[in-house]
Amino acid sequence: MDFIAANMHGWNGIIANFGYLASVVMFMLAIMRMGKVKTARSGNHLAAAAMLLAVVSSFVEMGKINPAFIIAGLVIGAAIGVVMAKRVQMTQMPEMVALLNGFGGLASTLVGLATFYSISGSGTLANQLASQGGWFAGINLVLTLIVGSVTFTGSIIAFLKLSEKMSGKPILLPGRHVLNALLLVLPLALGALAVWSLSSNFAIGAVLILVVLITCVLGVTVVIPIGGGDMPVVISLLNSYSGIAAALAGFTINEPVLVVSGSLVGASGMILTQIMCKAMNRSLANVMFGGFGADAPAGAGGGKGEYKNVKSADPETVAMQMADAQNVVIVPGYGMAVAQAQHAVREVAKLLEAKGATVRYAIHPVAGRMPGHMNVLLAEANVPYEQLFEMDAINDDFRNVDVALVIGANDTVNPAAKTDKTSPLFGMPVLNVEEARTVFTMKRSLGSGFAGVKNELFECQNNYMVYGDARKTLEEIIKALKEG
Amino acid sequence: MDTGAILMLLYVFVLACFAGYQLISKVPPTLHTPLMSGANAISGITILGAMLATRVGPGAPFNASTILGMFAVALATINVVGGFMVTDRMMGMFKSKG
Repeated sequence: MDFIAANMHGWNGIIANFGYLASVVMFMLAIMRMGKVKTARSGNHLAAAAMLLAVVSSFVEMGKINPAFIIAGLVIGAAIGVVMAKRVQMTQMPEMVALLNGFGGLASTLVGLATFYSISGSGTLANQLASQGGWFAGINLVLTLIVGSVTFTGSIIAFLKLSEKMSGKPILLPGRHVLNALLLVLPLALGALAVWSLSSNFAIGAVLILVVLITCVLGVTVVIPIGGGDMPVVISLLNSYSGIAAALAGFTINEPVLVVSGSLVGASGMILTQIMCKAMNRSLANVMFGGFGADAPAGAGGGKGEYKNVKSADPETVAMQMADAQNVVIVPGYGMAVAQAQHAVREVAKLLEAKGATVRYAIHPVAGRMPGHMNVLLAEANVPYEQLFEMDAINDDFRNVDVALVIGANDTVNPAAKTDKTSPLFGMPVLNVEEARTVFTMKRSLGSGFAGVKNELFECQNNYMVYGDARKTLEEIIKALKEG
Repeated sequence: MDTGAILMLLYVFVLACFAGYQLISKVPPTLHTPLMSGANAISGITILGAMLATRVGPGAPFNASTILGMFAVALATINVVGGFMVTDRMMGMFKSKG
């Protein structure tokens, strides 16, 4: 098969390539629009239109074919996609994105394999792909398989952890760094063998499948040591990989549309990964290889330990205090998502606003299990996005706050991160909730957060724990506010 | 394909990475989740590779690449359709006070 010849010859090829060019421009404009709240939705529509144009152009380019198989794939995929998109609950978005990342990775892997099986030549992989770039296309085919497979199984593990079908705790294999290094070097070596040395089609096929199988294992061993709280980083990174896999597939088949769109996705995932790492004051290497929260010495200063002088309050007391407050800040965390408490939160805020209070929300960048997790949940509960404040925008203002209501957040509000040099959290930017006049912390128990670190906030003079399921507690507060 | 064409693709790749970085680096946190699911849908562009791999001439017998390609088309379509739809659902929820 000669894609370049197919690309450029004849009117079909020319028309199709202009279609591709237009879709690339549309993708760029779409991404630009998706970066601003006001234009985001139209940007998404534009991206969908660009995708449609690219697919139609591809049909034009292929000319006379038997479309049955392609149409079958399109129909099956569209049906599953529609059902998934309609059924998913907003609290399940992290799992959904993880799963979709995985499908994208697997799709690219299959494209890589299918590209090999569609060439009918002889000799090494480099020879067989001569018309598409020789060894360059060969290497990219192997890399597509590697990145695609790692993305696939890595995302499946992330999905299982996020949907709690598997424990979110880090699972540390002995000698995992050596194991992972082997699982990466081996497929690269095998790939080189296929590109330059093997000349039997059967052997090349077998080696490529072996590469896929080994890197599927690698995806698992890379993600299982990473704990639940580090998931925002992992999801962003896998998101990036799914784009890189598509770009690599583009190199293999010489399709610039894939290269451009894939690298756009790769770049966006990388940026989010960076933002997430920065928000935790940790390097990417530390998140990926650190086994954080499991390796952390339990007895170290600021580590676990008994809590002393912890005060608690019941929902009625909270309601009474809040009814008198003028300036209220709500600090949501993963616990709010677990308890599906976003609507109850909004209800409380509305009641307080009706009493004349100002209510704002302080969102830590890594609150929840994916970038922007809290924002989406609060948007679902109709909270206007102007009331949502980033950490830097609100942190200096906590000293003017009457009541800070912490809902299922833990490590992101631990003052030890600022003061205790021995704490594993030290250096991580946190929300200054303890500066508020009164803090109510909703939590199921005094257990430690994801990092396994004692939270000094719980012992603060002005902090009161409100134990129980966040949604039930909030509903009791709502009841008390309505009666009061 | 000659070295020039390879280099051309590499230029495209590098420039697209830069463009992507510039376009996305200032996105507010509120949009991080939908941006991610939208980007995910865009990564479904791999569907074009899947379609090419699946193609068979009229009346021609199908082979391994057709079947692999068909699965790839289906998976990429889940990504595209599911991704864009769920992104639209999320973006439709973001409301301003006004």
